Amino acid sequence: MEEKKIKQVNALESGTVIDHIPSEVLFKVINILGLEKIETNMTFGMNLESKRLGKKGIIKISARFPDDKDLNKIALVAPDAKINIIRDYKVVEKKSVQVPEKVVGIAKCMNPKCVTNVETNVVTKFNVLKNNGHIDLKCHFCEKITDQQNIEIN
Amino acid sequence: MKNKSLISISDYSRDDYMEIIELADHFEKNPVQKIMEGKVVATLFFEPSTRTRLSFESAVNKLGGKVIGFTDAASSSVKKGESLKDTILTVAQYADLIVMRHPVEGSARYASEVSTVPVINAGDGANQHPTQCLLDLYSIYKTQGTLENLNIFLVGDLKYGRTVHSLLQAMSNYNPTFNFVSPKQLQMPNEYKLQLDELGINYYEHEEMKENIKHADIIYVTRIQKERFSDPMDYEKLKNSYILKNKMLKDTKENLRILHPLPRVNEIHVDVDDNEKAYYFPQALNGVFTRQAIMTKILGLK
Repeated sequence: MEEKKIKQVNALESGTVIDHIPSEVLFKVINILGLEKIETNMTFGMNLESKRLGKKGIIKISARFPDDKDLNKIALVAPDAKINIIRDYKVVEKKSVQVPEKVVGIAKCMNPKCVTNVETNVVTKFNVLKNNGHIDLKCHFCEKITDQQNIEIN
Repeated sequence: MKNKSLISISDYSRDDYMEIIELADHFEKNPVQKIMEGKVVATLFFEPSTRTRLSFESAVNKLGGKVIGFTDAASSSVKKGESLKDTILTVAQYADLIVMRHPVEGSARYASEVSTVPVINAGDGANQHPTQCLLDLYSIYKTQGTLENLNIFLVGDLKYGRTVHSLLQAMSNYNPTFNFVSPKQLQMPNEYKLQLDELGINYYEHEEMKENIKHADIIYVTRIQKERFSDPMDYEKLKNSYILKNKMLKDTKENLRILHPLPRVNEIHVDVDDNEKAYYFPQALNGVFTRQAIMTKILGLK
């Protein structure tokens, strides 16, 4: 297993590997990071075997190093994701994602009467509340809470 | 507070509350002054609320300012499909201050972020109505001489009532004891009870208003709306358990005052009106002084 992983990682000369993504949110992660518009080589896998997650997804981005601020956005859907920075075929840095304090323009407020769901072109904004390991989002506008199981990504 | 919008009661600190209370007291003593001369206040009421609008307009008129605006969305460009942003950006060119009432939650916060002049939220759906809360604080302070250590009964619809939620948040600064009286279906939501737990504030929940009110300093009554019940039978069964009648006030404290944000339907019996503990009409007048205080603070005139 470990050997196989190294092989996968080593396939990248330089870039970023995002590992341990729950399979079902793989496309959300791609979406949050805007990777559908990326111009360099990107590969991803889903439903790969994982001891921890059962099935996991992985994304390998060649020659791009998204900054932490962007990477942390994925903590909303993949809080256990691991980031490996690869240079010259070697993992030079490993890090976890941190849940950000504010979430801007990614998630949808679950309150149908919220201005972000009624007016057009209002960018959503949430304060992140950490609640016993859960992530709840408090809307900056209507002040209602969207709990983790109801978080929808725009 | 100068040039700052007032959208949510949490935008103001404990010190701000006291500044507003002191200034409202000043306006109560001198309600007619020309200090708003040359100032234009836009009252944008995207849904009708006659009481709130008249209170603001009375406050402006007594201080020599002028009011422009509309009283419901049907008579404004909203009907033509204009976005809220465009309406606010346009009106901000004409006025020094915007007072807005809107049925959409969060609309006031959004308006304050696109506006070039300060915005006062006069109610955004079920969310916030901070000037109501400040006038409630002023009424409590005036009748009790303090905001500290009071026993406050909140009665009626505690689930959806935004005024009780704001009052609970604001009064939590002053070591109160809360008593919540409501039908099971309309109990205080857990998120507010958790806040009180965190702050170590005592609260008790009741399904009926009985002799427990004899320790009350303030009874704050709100309307129970029929449409909150999925089964109309439930409403019929309950509606008479939450009516405050004069005879219930017999053994209550001397300093007790009864507040209600109005309009009242039947939750306070008219036989209470002549009791000196009834305070809901003076409370409405306090709204004018409190709004004078808020507007002059924001405009930097006081």
